[in-house]
Amino acid sequence: MAQRTPLYDVHVRAGARIVEFAGWQMPVQYEGILAEHGAVRERVGLFDVSHMGEVVFRGPKAFEALQRLFTNDLGRCADGQAQYGCLCREEGGIVDDVVVYRRAADDLLVCVNAANRQKDYDWLQGHAFGADVANESDAWSQLALQGPRAAEVLQRLTSVRLSSIGTYRFTDGEVAGLTCLIARTGYTGEDGFELFSASEQAPKLWTALMDAGRAAGIQPCGLGARDSLRLEMAYRLYGSDMDDTTTPLEAGLSWVVKLDKGEFMGRQAMQKQKEAGLSKKLVGFTLTEPGIPRHGHAVLQEGKPVGAVTSGTKSPSLGTSIGLAYVPPGLAAEGSTFAVDIRGRAAAAKVVKTPFYAKKK
Amino acid sequence: MTFPDDLKYTKEHEWCRIKGNRAVVGITDHAQNQLGDIVYVELPEVGDSVKKGESFGVVESTKAVSELFSPVSGKVVEVNDPLSDAPETINEDAYEEGWMIQVEFGDAKETDELMDAAAYKKFLEEETE
Repeated sequence: MAQRTPLYDVHVRAGARIVEFAGWQMPVQYEGILAEHGAVRERVGLFDVSHMGEVVFRGPKAFEALQRLFTNDLGRCADGQAQYGCLCREEGGIVDDVVVYRRAADDLLVCVNAANRQKDYDWLQGHAFGADVANESDAWSQLALQGPRAAEVLQRLTSVRLSSIGTYRFTDGEVAGLTCLIARTGYTGEDGFELFSASEQAPKLWTALMDAGRAAGIQPCGLGARDSLRLEMAYRLYGSDMDDTTTPLEAGLSWVVKLDKGEFMGRQAMQKQKEAGLSKKLVGFTLTEPGIPRHGHAVLQEGKPVGAVTSGTKSPSLGTSIGLAYVPPGLAAEGSTFAVDIRGRAAAAKVVKTPFYAKKK
Repeated sequence: MTFPDDLKYTKEHEWCRIKGNRAVVGITDHAQNQLGDIVYVELPEVGDSVKKGESFGVVESTKAVSELFSPVSGKVVEVNDPLSDAPETINEDAYEEGWMIQVEFGDAKETDELMDAAAYKKFLEEETE
């Protein structure tokens, strides 16, 4: 039986179309994916992302322990700051990609992917290095308020001065009288906030945000728009673009792998991989012929399969077909060309710089 | 949702409008609604053969790919080319402007096997139960 977030009834009443995702019954769309996508790019959208999990590291060993499990360098992450990175296995395979919210050196919240809640907790608990590790996923709800008018809408509901919260920073505060962790983070490429609150408060918080956002044209959004928005930014999706068998270097995430920070899980394997050279790399591409690339389509070079598409769609903002694919290193440079096998037809593609979409200034 | 009485329907949610030995083919209001925003169509060319129950093209929404199945066997005599630049027409007007192909069919018996509007509505109710 699929799980439901505390907002399930709110979604159904609002006319959302519900689908099962990662063991959760989640809204895939309300109005329509294109309308929701556009609302986030132009105005503001509200997402229920309570299916995401929260694992908390506490105690005197918390910082040190997480630093040994995380590929990015938490030594460069101040209290009140968030950092993106990966949890890796000894062999370098990605257990999950996560955001760490450092409340203090002895109190770090790890936001994990919905499908990986239990797997991550088991992994982290099994390699706790003396830290207290708690799976608090059921206790927390998460709402994402995203778009150029997000700050304006949220400011109506809080006395916290939002202009003082920089990108990837957070603070504790009240929103509509409810205690929240207010983080300037997101998965859309727009300015915005993710609000962590006690699960039972989620419906109240949702309603308060929808009311406060009415004049700004707020739009409730589903997972469909979340996916198209993240793909325009070339943000990776765990389970689609990477998994336990790919390393962050292959997934194009070397910017969150700090090989020189000291010993951490997967470091030696990735050091070796870096020296030996990669056999595949995740790149962004656009189609230069009609068609839409999809997960699982083969990448062809001179008619032979040499890689695979991991994500693809027709970009709502750009109108072009975009995707991410694993290709041999020889095809990874910007401007390289290959073909994508779309149901037996070879459609020409070109490697481009990512993100595909540049935020409006 | 509407299901015009002058059309015949398939279990794969295509409709066809029979005019003599020609069938105009599209997807139903239910199908376009289920797919959501349609952003791409791939249709056969004039002169191609299609076979009843077999795929003649695809429609794609932002998230999903869906095959199109021909209600009859025959030769494609017309294709609604403007759809390739304006696939959203299928969402907006599934039964008129959103038509996809016209097929000249040989065996009129094939059309007898298709559902009428009442039978299709009943089929939908059973399918969603």
